[in-house]
Amino acid sequence: MDILIQQIVSGLATGGIYASLALALVMIYQATEVVNFAQGNMAMFSTYVAWSLLQAGLPYWVTFTITVIVAFVGGLVIERLVIRPVEGAPILTIVIVTLGLLVIFTSVAGWIYSYIQKPFPSPFPDKPIRIGQIVFGAHDLGAIGVTLVMLVLLFLFFRFTTLGLAMRAAAQNPLSSRLCGIRVSWMLGLGWGLAAAFGAVAGMMVAPVVFLDPNMMGGIQLYAFAAATVGGFTSPLGAVVGGLLVGVTENLVGTYVSFIGTELKLTVALAMIIIVLLVRPAGLFGRTTVRRV
Amino acid sequence: MAADSGAGATAKTAEARADAVAAPRTAARGRSLYVATLLVVVAGAAGLPLFVSGFRLFQFSQVLIYAIALLGLNLLTGYNGQFSLGHGAFYGIGAYTTAIMIDRWGIGYGWTIPAAGIVCLVVGFLFGRPALRLEGLYLALATFSLALAVPQVLKYFEDWTGGSQGIVLSKPKAPLHLPLTEDQWLYFLTLAVAIVLFVLASNLLGGRTGRAIVAIRDNHIAAEAMGINNSLYKSVIFGVSAAYTGIAGALSAIVIAFVAPDSFDVFLSITLLTGIVIGGFGTISGAIYGALFIQFVPNWAQDISKAAPWAIFGLFLIGFMYVMPRGIAGFLHLVWIRATRQGVTRGEGR
Repeated sequence: MDILIQQIVSGLATGGIYASLALALVMIYQATEVVNFAQGNMAMFSTYVAWSLLQAGLPYWVTFTITVIVAFVGGLVIERLVIRPVEGAPILTIVIVTLGLLVIFTSVAGWIYSYIQKPFPSPFPDKPIRIGQIVFGAHDLGAIGVTLVMLVLLFLFFRFTTLGLAMRAAAQNPLSSRLCGIRVSWMLGLGWGLAAAFGAVAGMMVAPVVFLDPNMMGGIQLYAFAAATVGGFTSPLGAVVGGLLVGVTENLVGTYVSFIGTELKLTVALAMIIIVLLVRPAGLFGRTTVRRV
Repeated sequence: MAADSGAGATAKTAEARADAVAAPRTAARGRSLYVATLLVVVAGAAGLPLFVSGFRLFQFSQVLIYAIALLGLNLLTGYNGQFSLGHGAFYGIGAYTTAIMIDRWGIGYGWTIPAAGIVCLVVGFLFGRPALRLEGLYLALATFSLALAVPQVLKYFEDWTGGSQGIVLSKPKAPLHLPLTEDQWLYFLTLAVAIVLFVLASNLLGGRTGRAIVAIRDNHIAAEAMGINNSLYKSVIFGVSAAYTGIAGALSAIVIAFVAPDSFDVFLSITLLTGIVIGGFGTISGAIYGALFIQFVPNWAQDISKAAPWAIFGLFLIGFMYVMPRGIAGFLHLVWIRATRQGVTRGEGR
């Protein structure tokens, strides 16, 4: 029983990380109906930026803040420079452009920082936290906390600020928003910026667990895809629930289904994606779109 | 290609008549020029071993193999409009089918090539079946996940696949005591397979089936309304595409004489996609340009840095989407039209 609870908590911790990345994917999908295949690798790159800052001797939380800001600006700039020219192009075109970004980020990171794995510090104490018989990793609990704080901030932003309202409007009905004087195209840019900032947080939370290397986000991005698919690409709440669900499932299946273990973890994610797409393509919380023929 | 170049016949009568007479003639000339080019290319490819040998020749075998794989991917993505970001998976399945058959079961390598094709045809068809329900982005997601997951699966079935060590094969010798080196023989074998598959694809696409495949891409509702069985075509083309790529994988296993799970990761799939973007969507000749690109450009880029090939791939992917969305083949087609003054035709480059 204790093991079960522990596994669930550590599943929630990784799930929180998947949720952040899935949220980033959903944010871009909602605004533009595009999945950013480079999301994970943008996050990886932000984490390298954080690593450099830490090497320069800045304290952790200062680094954290700077990295999130850098990621935000970076995301915005990428949208303005790279994605904007293909706005409104066929989906395949945009997917290919984001794949191009994916490989560019991977190789530039490898170029600058080499392919050797680097340890990345956790801001939380090493000492495990005991509650009764159960031992929790402090980083796990911290990661859950950080994810929750980010979520609340995001919710408040979208719910109570004019800018948040404008962004939601631009995503839901670009034409009418434009008539109301919202600069729709810039809202998309902001969406990319926010998504990149979320990705950066996910990257910094996951790097202490998996070590930092240019390919570290490959598996995590797959899980984030699974999370977004399970929750529904049209629902931010779904992305979060999906992320947690995927994280917990991953851990429980890895622990209790012996033939899967850690070796077939990615295949579990693949199976989840395909099953959800077949049974309920809109995901748990997604809205089904009806298309006119 | 030049079917409507006589359409300007509303002009002055004399000119119009001259046009009408000239149109078939230019078309015929265009066609014979096209056939001549084709013959020169094939002859050049067959004569290549006279000029290059050893490692260079091995690289050209690799080009032909990539060309087959790209043709397969282009059948699916370029002609039928179904995304696949995971064709590296089929390439890997084909390669492993061959390696397992040769190494574990002692079957002659010649037999393993069609076998790999059949295995991939079946797997592709089965994957294509549920994929029918997935459109656009979701199909991209599913296939991308497939590409991410495949190396793990290959490592998992260690008894068959040799785990992360992979399987080492030996290069076959030329049969019938032909005076060829191993590399030369493998080059000719690959060339023969490539020619057969290119002719098959060209015939498939040139006829009724080809028009149906393209119609589904351009407007699947209209295609359905015209009596085209969308789901059958789509899943069959998924299978055929996978079979092409699987055969390419099989040949690569034989030519390289080694398979390992990590060579079939998601980056292989992105490489293949890069190939058809550079070569040209929905074109047959594009497969060859794309193959030359993905074989040789990384080699040159490697001299700059280990990371450079991918940065260059990325820049080319994005750059081509901006300025040459129809790839090299599309560009050459435009040049060809300008040069032969066939007027503006909206045909596919071939």
